[in-house]
Amino acid sequence: MIDSKHIREQFPILKKWINNKPLVYFDNGATTQKPQVVIDSIVKYYSEQNANIHRGVHTLSREATELFERSRQTVASFISAKSSEIIFTAGTTDGINLIANGSNFPKGSEIIVSQMEHHSNILPWQLWCERNEGKLKVIPINKDGSLQIEKLESLITTKTVLIAMAHVSNTLGVINPVKEIIQRAKAINSKILVLIDGAQSVPHMSVDVKDMNCDFFVFSGHKMYAPTGSGVLFVKENLFNTLKQSKTGGGTIKSVSFEKTEYVDGPLRFEAGTPNIEAVVGLAQACEFMNSLGVKNISAHEHLLLEHAQKELSTISEVEVYANHSNKAAVISFNVKGQHPFDVGTLLDKYGIAVRTGHHCTQPLMSYYGIQGTVRASFAIYNTKEEIDIFIEALKKTIKLLN
Amino acid sequence: MSIKEIEDEIVSEFEIFGEDWEGKYEHLIDLGKSLPMIDEKNRTEENIIKGCQSRVWLNSVLKDGKVIYTADSDAIITKGMVALMIRVLSKQAPTEIAKAELGFINKIGLKEHLSPTRANGLVSMINRMKLDAIKLSQKN
Repeated sequence: MIDSKHIREQFPILKKWINNKPLVYFDNGATTQKPQVVIDSIVKYYSEQNANIHRGVHTLSREATELFERSRQTVASFISAKSSEIIFTAGTTDGINLIANGSNFPKGSEIIVSQMEHHSNILPWQLWCERNEGKLKVIPINKDGSLQIEKLESLITTKTVLIAMAHVSNTLGVINPVKEIIQRAKAINSKILVLIDGAQSVPHMSVDVKDMNCDFFVFSGHKMYAPTGSGVLFVKENLFNTLKQSKTGGGTIKSVSFEKTEYVDGPLRFEAGTPNIEAVVGLAQACEFMNSLGVKNISAHEHLLLEHAQKELSTISEVEVYANHSNKAAVISFNVKGQHPFDVGTLLDKYGIAVRTGHHCTQPLMSYYGIQGTVRASFAIYNTKEEIDIFIEALKKTIKLLN
Repeated sequence: MSIKEIEDEIVSEFEIFGEDWEGKYEHLIDLGKSLPMIDEKNRTEENIIKGCQSRVWLNSVLKDGKVIYTADSDAIITKGMVALMIRVLSKQAPTEIAKAELGFINKIGLKEHLSPTRANGLVSMINRMKLDAIKLSQKN
Protein backbone atom coordinates (compact mmCIF):
# COMPACT_ATOMS: atom_id res chain seq x y z
CA MET A 1 0.00 0.00 0.00
CA ILE A 2 1.08 3.54 -0.68
CA ASP A 3 1.61 5.82 2.30
CA SER A 4 0.62 9.13 0.71
CA LYS A 5 1.74 11.29 3.60
CA HIS A 6 5.21 9.77 3.57
CA ILE A 7 5.49 10.09 -0.20
CA ARG A 8 4.31 13.69 -0.27
CA GLU A 9 6.97 14.63 2.26
CA GLN A 10 9.59 13.59 -0.27
CA PHE A 11 8.44 16.18 -2.84
CA PRO A 12 9.44 19.64 -1.60
CA ILE A 13 7.38 21.55 -4.18
CA LEU A 14 4.13 20.05 -2.87
CA LYS A 15 4.42 22.29 0.19
CA LYS A 16 3.89 25.28 -2.08
CA TRP A 17 0.77 27.43 -1.97
CA ILE A 18 -0.76 28.84 -5.15
CA ASN A 19 -3.15 31.81 -5.02
CA ASN A 20 -3.37 31.39 -1.23
CA LYS A 21 -4.41 27.74 -1.58
CA PRO A 22 -2.30 24.60 -1.12
CA LEU A 23 -1.11 23.43 -4.53
CA VAL A 24 -3.07 20.56 -6.06
CA TYR A 25 -0.89 19.42 -8.93
CA PHE A 26 -2.84 17.49 -11.58
CA ASP A 27 -0.66 18.30 -14.58
CA ASN A 28 1.54 15.24 -14.30
CA GLY A 29 1.00 14.26 -17.93
CA ALA A 30 2.92 17.42 -18.84
CA THR A 31 5.65 16.85 -16.27
CA THR A 32 5.87 15.37 -12.80
CA GLN A 33 7.41 16.96 -9.73
CA LYS A 34 10.74 15.64 -8.45
CA PRO A 35 11.42 13.78 -5.20
CA GLN A 36 14.21 14.90 -2.89
CA VAL A 37 16.37 11.86 -3.81
CA VAL A 38 16.38 12.96 -7.46
CA ILE A 39 17.13 16.59 -6.57
CA ASP A 40 19.88 15.40 -4.22
CA SER A 41 21.41 13.19 -6.90
CA ILE A 42 21.92 16.26 -9.10
CA VAL A 43 23.43 18.28 -6.26
CA LYS A 44 25.67 15.34 -5.34
CA TYR A 45 26.76 14.92 -8.93
CA TYR A 46 28.00 18.50 -9.16
CA SER A 47 29.33 18.59 -5.61
CA GLU A 48 31.28 15.33 -5.73
CA GLN A 49 31.22 13.51 -9.07
CA ASN A 50 31.39 15.94 -11.99
CA ALA A 51 33.82 15.23 -14.83
CA ASN A 52 33.44 14.65 -18.54
CA ILE A 53 32.79 11.02 -19.36
CA HIS A 54 34.27 8.43 -21.74
CA ARG A 55 37.36 10.60 -22.21
CA GLY A 56 39.64 11.24 -19.24
CA VAL A 57 42.08 8.81 -17.65
CA HIS A 58 41.87 10.60 -14.33
CA THR A 59 39.98 9.11 -11.40
CA LEU A 60 37.12 11.58 -11.40
CA SER A 61 36.41 11.04 -15.09
CA ARG A 62 36.55 7.28 -14.62
CA GLU A 63 34.12 7.46 -11.71
CA ALA A 64 31.75 9.77 -13.60
CA THR A 65 31.84 7.37 -16.56
CA GLU A 66 31.06 4.44 -14.27
CA LEU A 67 28.17 6.39 -12.76
CA PHE A 68 26.82 7.22 -16.23
CA GLU A 69 27.08 3.64 -17.47
CA ARG A 70 25.61 2.29 -14.24
CA SER A 71 22.68 4.63 -14.88
CA ARG A 72 22.28 3.09 -18.33
CA GLN A 73 22.11 -0.34 -16.69
CA THR A 74 19.47 0.83 -14.18
CA VAL A 75 17.33 2.37 -16.90
CA ALA A 76 17.72 -0.72 -19.11
CA SER A 77 16.59 -3.05 -16.32
CA PHE A 78 13.64 -0.75 -15.64
CA ILE A 79 12.13 -1.68 -19.02
CA SER A 80 13.67 -5.18 -19.23
CA ALA A 81 16.19 -4.23 -21.90
CA LYS A 82 19.97 -4.64 -22.16
CA SER A 83 22.12 -1.59 -21.49
CA SER A 84 23.59 -1.99 -24.99
CA GLU A 85 20.09 -1.22 -26.33
CA ILE A 86 19.65 2.10 -24.51
CA ILE A 87 20.45 5.41 -26.19
CA PHE A 88 20.14 8.45 -23.97
CA THR A 89 18.27 11.31 -25.62
CA ALA A 90 16.86 14.68 -24.62
CA GLY A 91 13.36 13.19 -24.42
CA THR A 92 10.64 11.38 -26.34
CA THR A 93 10.51 13.89 -29.19
CA ASP A 94 14.26 13.66 -29.61
CA GLY A 95 14.13 9.85 -29.72
CA ILE A 96 11.39 9.75 -32.37
CA ASN A 97 13.26 12.26 -34.52
CA LEU A 98 16.42 10.20 -34.19
CA ILE A 99 14.64 7.19 -35.68
CA ALA A 100 12.85 9.25 -38.35
CA ASN A 101 16.13 10.83 -39.47
CA GLY A 102 18.20 7.69 -39.05
CA SER A 103 16.03 5.07 -40.69
CA ASN A 104 16.93 3.68 -44.09
CA PHE A 105 13.39 2.99 -45.31
CA PRO A 106 13.16 2.99 -49.10
CA LYS A 107 11.50 5.89 -50.92
CA GLY A 108 7.75 5.55 -51.23
CA SER A 109 7.39 3.56 -48.00
CA GLU A 110 4.25 3.68 -45.89
CA ILE A 111 4.14 4.53 -42.20
CA ILE A 112 1.15 3.88 -39.96
CA VAL A 113 0.28 6.02 -36.94
CA SER A 114 -2.94 6.30 -34.93
CA GLN A 115 -5.60 9.00 -34.67
CA MET A 116 -4.67 9.68 -31.06
CA GLU A 117 -0.95 10.38 -31.52
CA HIS A 118 0.85 13.31 -29.95
CA HIS A 119 2.15 15.73 -32.59
CA SER A 120 5.66 14.49 -31.75
CA ASN A 121 4.73 11.08 -33.13
CA ILE A 122 3.09 12.52 -36.25
CA LEU A 123 5.25 15.38 -37.49
CA PRO A 124 8.59 13.51 -37.83
CA TRP A 125 6.82 10.86 -39.94
CA GLN A 126 4.88 13.43 -41.94
CA LEU A 127 8.18 15.15 -42.73
CA TRP A 128 9.78 11.82 -43.64
CA CYS A 129 6.92 11.10 -46.04
CA GLU A 130 7.16 14.57 -47.60
CA ARG A 131 10.87 14.11 -48.21
CA ASN A 132 10.67 10.52 -49.40
CA GLU A 133 7.43 10.35 -51.38
CA GLY A 134 6.06 8.25 -48.54
CA LYS A 135 2.52 7.84 -47.31
CA LEU A 136 1.21 8.34 -43.80
CA LYS A 137 -1.73 6.12 -42.84
CA VAL A 138 -3.88 6.40 -39.74
CA ILE A 139 -5.50 3.75 -37.52
CA PRO A 140 -8.92 5.22 -36.67
CA ILE A 141 -10.41 5.23 -33.18
CA ASN A 142 -13.86 4.72 -31.64
CA LYS A 143 -15.70 7.26 -29.47
CA ASP A 144 -14.60 5.43 -26.30
CA GLY A 145 -10.99 6.09 -27.28
CA SER A 146 -10.20 2.53 -28.34
CA LEU A 147 -8.30 1.86 -31.55
CA GLN A 148 -10.10 0.19 -34.43
CA ILE A 149 -7.47 -2.51 -34.54
CA GLU A 150 -9.61 -4.60 -36.83
CA LYS A 151 -8.60 -2.03 -39.49
CA LEU A 152 -4.92 -2.80 -39.01
CA GLU A 153 -4.72 -5.63 -41.55
CA SER A 154 -6.34 -3.52 -44.27
CA LEU A 155 -3.93 -0.61 -43.64
CA ILE A 156 -0.84 -2.77 -44.00
CA THR A 157 0.52 -3.18 -47.54
CA THR A 158 3.77 -4.49 -48.98
CA LYS A 159 5.10 -0.92 -48.67
CA THR A 160 4.48 -0.67 -44.91
CA VAL A 161 7.77 -0.29 -43.05
CA LEU A 162 6.79 1.11 -39.68
CA ILE A 163 3.95 1.44 -37.19
CA ALA A 164 4.51 4.31 -34.75
CA MET A 165 2.03 4.60 -31.93
CA ALA A 166 1.45 5.63 -28.35
CA HIS A 167 1.39 3.04 -25.59
CA VAL A 168 -0.90 5.36 -23.58
CA SER A 169 -2.73 8.35 -25.05
CA ASN A 170 -1.49 11.58 -23.47
CA THR A 171 -4.90 13.19 -23.90
CA LEU A 172 -7.30 10.34 -23.12
CA GLY A 173 -5.23 8.04 -20.94
CA VAL A 174 -6.35 5.03 -22.97
CA ILE A 175 -3.90 2.10 -22.81
CA ASN A 176 -3.44 0.64 -26.27
CA PRO A 177 -3.05 -3.13 -26.79
CA VAL A 178 0.43 -2.66 -28.25
CA LYS A 179 1.57 -6.24 -27.75
CA GLU A 180 -1.38 -7.55 -29.76
CA ILE A 181 -0.86 -4.95 -32.48
CA ILE A 182 2.82 -5.84 -32.78
CA GLN A 183 1.94 -9.54 -33.00
CA ARG A 184 -0.66 -8.97 -35.69
CA ALA A 185 1.55 -6.65 -37.73
CA LYS A 186 4.53 -8.97 -37.62
CA ALA A 187 2.34 -11.95 -38.48
CA ILE A 188 1.57 -10.22 -41.78
CA ASN A 189 5.14 -9.14 -42.41
CA SER A 190 7.90 -9.82 -39.90
CA LYS A 191 9.97 -6.98 -41.39
CA ILE A 192 7.52 -4.29 -40.29
CA LEU A 193 9.13 -2.30 -37.47
CA VAL A 194 7.15 -0.94 -34.56
CA LEU A 195 7.97 2.16 -32.54
CA ILE A 196 6.10 2.61 -29.27
CA ASP A 197 5.85 6.04 -27.67
CA GLY A 198 6.00 5.25 -23.98
CA ALA A 199 6.06 8.82 -22.68
CA GLN A 200 2.75 8.31 -20.88
CA SER A 201 3.09 4.63 -19.98
CA VAL A 202 6.48 4.29 -18.26
CA PRO A 203 5.50 6.74 -15.46
CA HIS A 204 2.38 4.70 -14.63
CA MET A 205 2.94 1.00 -15.31
CA SER A 206 5.49 -1.79 -15.64
CA VAL A 207 6.94 -1.94 -19.13
CA ASP A 208 8.75 -4.94 -20.56
CA VAL A 209 10.05 -4.18 -24.05
CA LYS A 210 11.17 -7.78 -24.58
CA ASP A 211 7.74 -9.17 -23.86
CA MET A 212 6.12 -6.43 -25.93
CA ASN A 213 8.51 -7.26 -28.79
CA CYS A 214 8.67 -3.66 -30.07
CA ASP A 215 11.64 -2.56 -32.16
CA PHE A 216 11.91 0.96 -30.78
CA PHE A 217 10.58 2.34 -27.52
CA VAL A 218 10.89 5.99 -26.47
CA PHE A 219 10.14 7.87 -23.28
CA SER A 220 10.98 11.00 -21.32
CA GLY A 221 12.53 11.26 -17.88
CA HIS A 222 10.73 14.40 -16.77
CA LYS A 223 7.31 12.73 -16.84
CA MET A 224 8.55 10.03 -14.44
CA TYR A 225 10.06 12.08 -11.58
CA ALA A 226 13.41 12.63 -13.36
CA PRO A 227 14.99 15.88 -14.59
CA THR A 228 13.98 17.57 -17.83
CA GLY A 229 16.37 16.85 -20.68
CA SER A 230 16.64 13.14 -19.87
CA GLY A 231 15.13 10.66 -22.27
CA VAL A 232 15.52 7.13 -23.52
CA LEU A 233 15.43 5.47 -26.90
CA PHE A 234 15.41 1.68 -26.79
CA VAL A 235 16.58 0.07 -30.02
CA LYS A 236 16.45 -3.70 -30.48
CA GLU A 237 20.04 -4.89 -30.56
CA ASN A 238 20.02 -6.27 -34.11
CA LEU A 239 18.73 -2.97 -35.51
CA PHE A 240 21.60 -0.74 -34.40
CA ASN A 241 23.55 -1.24 -37.58
CA THR A 242 20.58 -0.30 -39.75
CA LEU A 243 20.36 3.17 -38.19
CA LYS A 244 22.18 6.19 -39.57
CA GLN A 245 23.36 8.88 -37.15
CA SER A 246 21.50 12.15 -37.48
CA LYS A 247 24.29 13.93 -35.62
CA THR A 248 27.92 13.11 -35.10
CA GLY A 249 30.76 14.52 -33.07
CA GLY A 250 32.85 13.88 -29.98
CA GLY A 251 32.43 10.58 -28.20
CA THR A 252 31.13 8.62 -31.19
CA ILE A 253 34.34 7.46 -32.86
CA LYS A 254 37.13 4.90 -32.85
CA SER A 255 39.41 6.97 -35.07
CA VAL A 256 39.17 10.11 -37.16
CA SER A 257 41.20 11.34 -40.10
CA PHE A 258 40.23 13.81 -42.81
CA GLU A 259 39.89 10.89 -45.20
CA LYS A 260 37.86 8.49 -43.10
CA THR A 261 36.26 8.10 -39.70
CA GLU A 262 35.55 4.87 -37.92
CA TYR A 263 32.63 5.00 -35.51
CA VAL A 264 32.06 2.97 -32.38
CA ASP A 265 29.23 0.43 -32.31
CA GLY A 266 26.18 0.59 -30.10
CA PRO A 267 24.52 3.47 -28.23
CA LEU A 268 27.56 5.75 -28.00
CA ARG A 269 27.49 6.20 -31.78
CA PHE A 270 24.24 8.14 -31.26
CA GLU A 271 25.28 10.20 -28.26
CA ALA A 272 27.45 12.84 -29.92
CA GLY A 273 28.89 15.55 -27.70
CA THR A 274 28.94 15.70 -23.92
CA PRO A 275 25.61 14.28 -22.80
CA ASN A 276 23.30 15.68 -20.14
CA ILE A 277 25.08 13.61 -17.48
CA GLU A 278 23.30 15.08 -14.47
CA ALA A 279 19.89 14.37 -16.04
CA VAL A 280 20.86 10.76 -16.77
CA VAL A 281 22.05 10.31 -13.20
CA GLY A 282 18.76 11.81 -12.02
CA LEU A 283 16.82 9.51 -14.33
CA ALA A 284 18.48 6.41 -12.87
CA GLN A 285 17.66 7.74 -9.41
CA ALA A 286 14.03 8.23 -10.47
CA CYS A 287 13.88 4.60 -11.68
CA GLU A 288 15.20 3.50 -8.29
CA PHE A 289 12.65 5.72 -6.56
CA MET A 290 9.84 4.07 -8.53
CA ASN A 291 11.31 0.61 -7.90
CA SER A 292 11.49 1.30 -4.18
CA LEU A 293 7.74 1.99 -4.14
CA GLY A 294 7.00 -0.82 -6.57
CA VAL A 295 5.70 0.12 -10.02
CA LYS A 296 2.69 -2.18 -9.49
CA ASN A 297 1.82 -0.29 -6.30
CA ILE A 298 2.11 3.00 -8.16
CA SER A 299 -0.31 1.71 -10.83
CA ALA A 300 -2.73 0.46 -8.20
CA HIS A 301 -2.71 3.76 -6.27
CA GLU A 302 -3.19 5.82 -9.41
CA HIS A 303 -5.98 3.53 -10.55
CA LEU A 304 -7.85 4.18 -7.30
CA LEU A 305 -7.45 7.92 -7.92
CA LEU A 306 -8.72 7.54 -11.48
CA GLU A 307 -11.78 5.59 -10.38
CA HIS A 308 -12.57 8.07 -7.62
CA ALA A 309 -12.21 11.04 -9.99
CA GLN A 310 -14.34 9.37 -12.67
CA LYS A 311 -17.04 8.55 -10.15
CA GLU A 312 -17.10 12.08 -8.74
CA LEU A 313 -17.04 13.73 -12.17
CA SER A 314 -19.97 11.57 -13.28
CA THR A 315 -22.11 13.19 -10.56
CA ILE A 316 -21.71 16.63 -12.15
CA SER A 317 -24.27 16.81 -14.96
CA GLU A 318 -22.46 19.63 -16.80
CA VAL A 319 -19.29 17.57 -17.18
CA GLU A 320 -18.56 15.48 -20.25
CA VAL A 321 -15.68 13.01 -19.94
CA TYR A 322 -13.98 11.81 -23.14
CA ALA A 323 -13.08 8.19 -23.78
CA ASN A 324 -15.00 6.06 -21.31
CA HIS A 325 -12.59 3.24 -21.99
CA SER A 326 -12.17 0.57 -19.36
CA ASN A 327 -8.40 0.30 -19.62
CA LYS A 328 -6.91 3.68 -18.77
CA ALA A 329 -3.87 5.17 -17.09
CA ALA A 330 -4.46 7.97 -14.59
CA VAL A 331 -5.51 10.62 -17.09
CA ILE A 332 -8.96 12.20 -17.51
CA SER A 333 -9.95 14.58 -20.27
CA PHE A 334 -13.22 16.44 -19.92
CA ASN A 335 -15.14 19.56 -20.76
CA VAL A 336 -17.83 21.52 -19.00
CA LYS A 337 -20.72 21.69 -21.45
CA GLY A 338 -20.97 25.10 -23.08
CA GLN A 339 -17.75 26.35 -21.49
CA HIS A 340 -14.31 26.81 -22.97
CA PRO A 341 -11.55 24.71 -21.38
CA PHE A 342 -9.44 27.86 -21.05
CA ASP A 343 -12.07 29.41 -18.74
CA VAL A 344 -12.35 26.25 -16.64
CA GLY A 345 -8.56 25.93 -16.33
CA THR A 346 -8.11 29.62 -15.48
CA LEU A 347 -10.60 29.46 -12.63
CA LEU A 348 -9.33 26.10 -11.33
CA ASP A 349 -5.89 27.70 -11.11
CA LYS A 350 -7.36 30.44 -8.92
CA TYR A 351 -8.44 27.66 -6.57
CA GLY A 352 -4.86 26.34 -6.51
CA ILE A 353 -5.45 23.45 -8.92
CA ALA A 354 -3.03 22.90 -11.79
CA VAL A 355 -4.61 21.15 -14.79
CA ARG A 356 -3.79 21.31 -18.46
CA THR A 357 -6.16 22.87 -20.96
CA GLY A 358 -6.09 23.01 -24.74
CA HIS A 359 -5.46 20.52 -27.51
CA HIS A 360 -2.59 18.73 -25.69
CA CYS A 361 -0.58 18.59 -28.92
CA THR A 362 -3.17 16.20 -30.36
CA GLN A 363 -5.09 18.35 -32.82
CA PRO A 364 -6.12 15.44 -35.08
CA LEU A 365 -7.69 13.81 -32.01
CA MET A 366 -9.50 17.05 -31.14
CA SER A 367 -10.83 17.17 -34.72
CA TYR A 368 -12.13 13.63 -34.30
CA TYR A 369 -14.18 14.69 -31.26
CA GLY A 370 -15.09 17.98 -32.97
CA ILE A 371 -13.73 20.11 -30.12
CA GLN A 372 -11.15 22.86 -29.65
CA GLY A 373 -9.63 21.33 -26.56
CA THR A 374 -10.26 19.69 -23.21
CA VAL A 375 -9.39 20.09 -19.56
CA ARG A 376 -7.00 17.31 -18.57
CA ALA A 377 -6.33 16.11 -15.05
CA SER A 378 -3.49 13.62 -14.81
CA PHE A 379 -2.38 11.97 -11.59
CA ALA A 380 0.88 10.78 -10.09
CA ILE A 381 1.98 8.77 -7.08
CA TYR A 382 1.84 11.75 -4.69
CA ASN A 383 -1.76 12.69 -5.46
CA THR A 384 -4.51 11.76 -3.02
CA LYS A 385 -8.26 11.18 -2.90
CA GLU A 386 -8.55 14.27 -0.71
CA GLU A 387 -7.01 16.34 -3.50
CA ILE A 388 -9.57 14.97 -5.94
CA ASP A 389 -12.32 16.04 -3.54
CA ILE A 390 -10.81 19.55 -3.39
CA PHE A 391 -10.67 19.56 -7.20
CA ILE A 392 -14.31 18.48 -7.49
CA GLU A 393 -15.45 21.19 -5.07
CA ALA A 394 -13.42 23.79 -7.00
CA LEU A 395 -14.86 22.53 -10.27
CA LYS A 396 -18.40 22.94 -8.93
CA LYS A 397 -17.61 26.51 -7.86
CA THR A 398 -16.02 27.15 -11.26
CA ILE A 399 -19.15 25.97 -13.06
CA LYS A 400 -21.27 28.23 -10.84
CA LEU A 401 -19.04 31.23 -11.56
CA LEU A 402 -19.19 30.64 -15.29
CA ASN A 403 -22.97 30.34 -15.41
CA MET B 1 -12.56 60.57 -22.16
CA SER B 2 -8.87 59.90 -22.66
CA ILE B 3 -7.42 56.40 -22.50
CA LYS B 4 -5.86 57.22 -19.14
CA GLU B 5 -9.17 58.48 -17.74
CA ILE B 6 -11.01 55.32 -18.79
CA GLU B 7 -8.23 53.19 -17.29
CA ASP B 8 -8.59 55.05 -13.97
CA GLU B 9 -12.35 54.55 -14.08
CA ILE B 10 -11.91 50.78 -14.53
CA VAL B 11 -9.35 50.64 -11.72
CA SER B 12 -11.75 52.29 -9.28
CA GLU B 13 -14.55 50.00 -10.47
CA PHE B 14 -12.46 46.94 -9.66
CA GLU B 15 -11.20 48.38 -6.34
CA ILE B 16 -14.39 47.41 -4.52
CA PHE B 17 -13.50 43.72 -4.96
CA GLY B 18 -10.25 44.07 -3.00
CA GLU B 19 -8.87 40.56 -2.48
CA ASP B 20 -12.10 38.89 -3.57
CA TRP B 21 -10.93 37.26 -6.79
CA GLU B 22 -14.21 35.41 -7.27
CA GLY B 23 -16.08 38.73 -7.34
CA LYS B 24 -13.54 40.14 -9.75
CA TYR B 25 -13.84 37.23 -12.15
CA GLU B 26 -17.63 37.24 -11.86
CA HIS B 27 -17.52 40.88 -12.94
CA LEU B 28 -15.15 40.05 -15.79
CA ILE B 29 -17.45 37.23 -16.93
CA ASP B 30 -20.44 39.62 -16.82
CA LEU B 31 -18.49 42.13 -18.91
CA GLY B 32 -17.80 39.36 -21.39
CA LYS B 33 -21.45 38.38 -21.56
CA SER B 34 -22.55 41.97 -22.20
CA LEU B 35 -20.03 42.64 -24.96
CA PRO B 36 -22.00 43.50 -28.12
CA MET B 37 -21.85 40.73 -30.71
CA ILE B 38 -19.37 41.09 -33.52
CA ASP B 39 -20.95 41.36 -36.97
CA GLU B 40 -21.10 37.79 -38.34
CA LYS B 41 -19.37 38.86 -41.57
CA ASN B 42 -16.33 39.94 -39.52
CA ARG B 43 -15.93 36.55 -37.87
CA THR B 44 -13.36 35.61 -40.47
CA GLU B 45 -10.20 33.54 -40.40
CA GLU B 46 -8.30 36.76 -41.18
CA ASN B 47 -9.67 38.45 -38.05
CA ILE B 48 -8.61 35.65 -35.69
CA ILE B 49 -5.78 36.64 -33.38
CA LYS B 50 -3.20 33.84 -33.42
CA GLY B 51 -1.45 32.78 -30.29
CA CYS B 52 -4.43 32.29 -28.01
CA GLN B 53 -5.73 29.03 -26.57
CA SER B 54 -9.17 30.53 -27.03
CA ARG B 55 -10.15 32.09 -30.33
CA VAL B 56 -10.42 35.88 -30.51
CA TRP B 57 -11.85 37.74 -33.49
CA LEU B 58 -11.01 41.41 -33.79
CA ASN B 59 -12.33 43.82 -36.39
CA SER B 60 -10.99 47.36 -36.62
CA VAL B 61 -12.29 50.29 -38.70
CA LEU B 62 -11.39 53.96 -38.82
CA LYS B 63 -14.22 56.47 -38.46
CA ASP B 64 -13.71 60.24 -38.19
CA GLY B 65 -10.08 59.73 -37.25
CA LYS B 66 -10.92 57.27 -34.43
CA VAL B 67 -10.51 53.48 -34.41
CA ILE B 68 -13.68 51.49 -33.74
CA TYR B 69 -13.06 47.95 -32.53
CA THR B 70 -15.52 45.08 -32.39
CA ALA B 71 -14.47 41.66 -31.13
CA ASP B 72 -15.54 38.29 -29.85
CA SER B 73 -14.06 35.23 -28.19
CA ASP B 74 -15.22 31.68 -27.58
CA ALA B 75 -13.89 31.81 -24.00
CA ILE B 76 -15.85 33.99 -21.63
CA ILE B 77 -12.95 35.20 -19.45
CA THR B 78 -11.04 36.16 -22.57
CA LYS B 79 -14.17 37.90 -23.80
CA GLY B 80 -14.29 39.87 -20.56
CA MET B 81 -10.71 40.98 -21.14
CA VAL B 82 -11.66 41.86 -24.71
CA ALA B 83 -14.54 43.96 -23.41
CA LEU B 84 -12.19 45.89 -21.13
CA MET B 85 -9.69 46.49 -23.94
CA ILE B 86 -12.43 47.74 -26.24
CA ARG B 87 -13.75 50.06 -23.58
CA VAL B 88 -10.25 51.54 -23.15
CA LEU B 89 -9.06 51.70 -26.75
CA SER B 90 -12.11 51.93 -29.01
CA LYS B 91 -13.08 55.38 -30.29
CA GLN B 92 -9.57 56.69 -29.63
CA ALA B 93 -7.08 58.20 -32.07
CA PRO B 94 -4.54 55.77 -33.58
CA THR B 95 -1.57 57.70 -32.19
CA GLU B 96 -3.03 57.53 -28.67
CA ILE B 97 -3.74 53.80 -29.04
CA ALA B 98 -0.21 53.11 -30.26
CA LYS B 99 1.39 54.75 -27.24
CA ALA B 100 -1.07 53.50 -24.57
CA GLU B 101 0.75 51.73 -21.73
CA LEU B 102 -2.35 50.06 -20.28
CA GLY B 103 -1.12 49.93 -16.69
CA PHE B 104 -4.68 49.26 -15.53
CA ILE B 105 -4.37 45.52 -16.26
CA ASN B 106 -1.75 45.20 -13.57
CA LYS B 107 -3.62 47.51 -11.18
CA ILE B 108 -6.86 45.51 -11.32
CA GLY B 109 -4.95 42.34 -10.49
CA LEU B 110 -5.18 40.60 -13.86
CA LYS B 111 -1.52 40.74 -14.71
CA GLU B 112 -1.31 36.96 -14.87
CA HIS B 113 -3.06 37.34 -18.23
CA LEU B 114 -0.02 39.26 -19.47
CA SER B 115 2.39 36.36 -18.88
CA PRO B 116 4.15 35.15 -22.00
CA THR B 117 2.63 31.68 -22.04
CA ARG B 118 1.07 30.35 -25.18
CA ALA B 119 -2.13 29.71 -23.29
CA ASN B 120 -3.51 33.21 -23.19
CA GLY B 121 -3.79 35.84 -25.78
CA LEU B 122 -4.00 39.19 -24.02
CA VAL B 123 -0.53 40.21 -25.19
CA SER B 124 -1.31 39.14 -28.77
CA MET B 125 -4.62 40.98 -28.52
CA ILE B 126 -3.01 44.26 -27.42
CA ASN B 127 -0.35 43.96 -30.12
CA ARG B 128 -2.98 43.35 -32.76
CA MET B 129 -5.13 46.29 -31.62
CA LYS B 130 -2.12 48.62 -31.78
CA LEU B 131 -0.97 47.26 -35.12
CA ASP B 132 -4.44 47.64 -36.63
CA ALA B 133 -4.59 51.25 -35.38
CA ILE B 134 -1.25 52.09 -36.99
CA LYS B 135 -2.17 50.36 -40.26
CA LEU B 136 -5.53 52.16 -40.43
CA SER B 137 -3.95 55.57 -39.79
CA GLN B 138 -1.36 54.99 -42.51
CA LYS B 139 -4.01 54.00 -45.05
CA ASN B 140 -5.71 57.38 -44.69
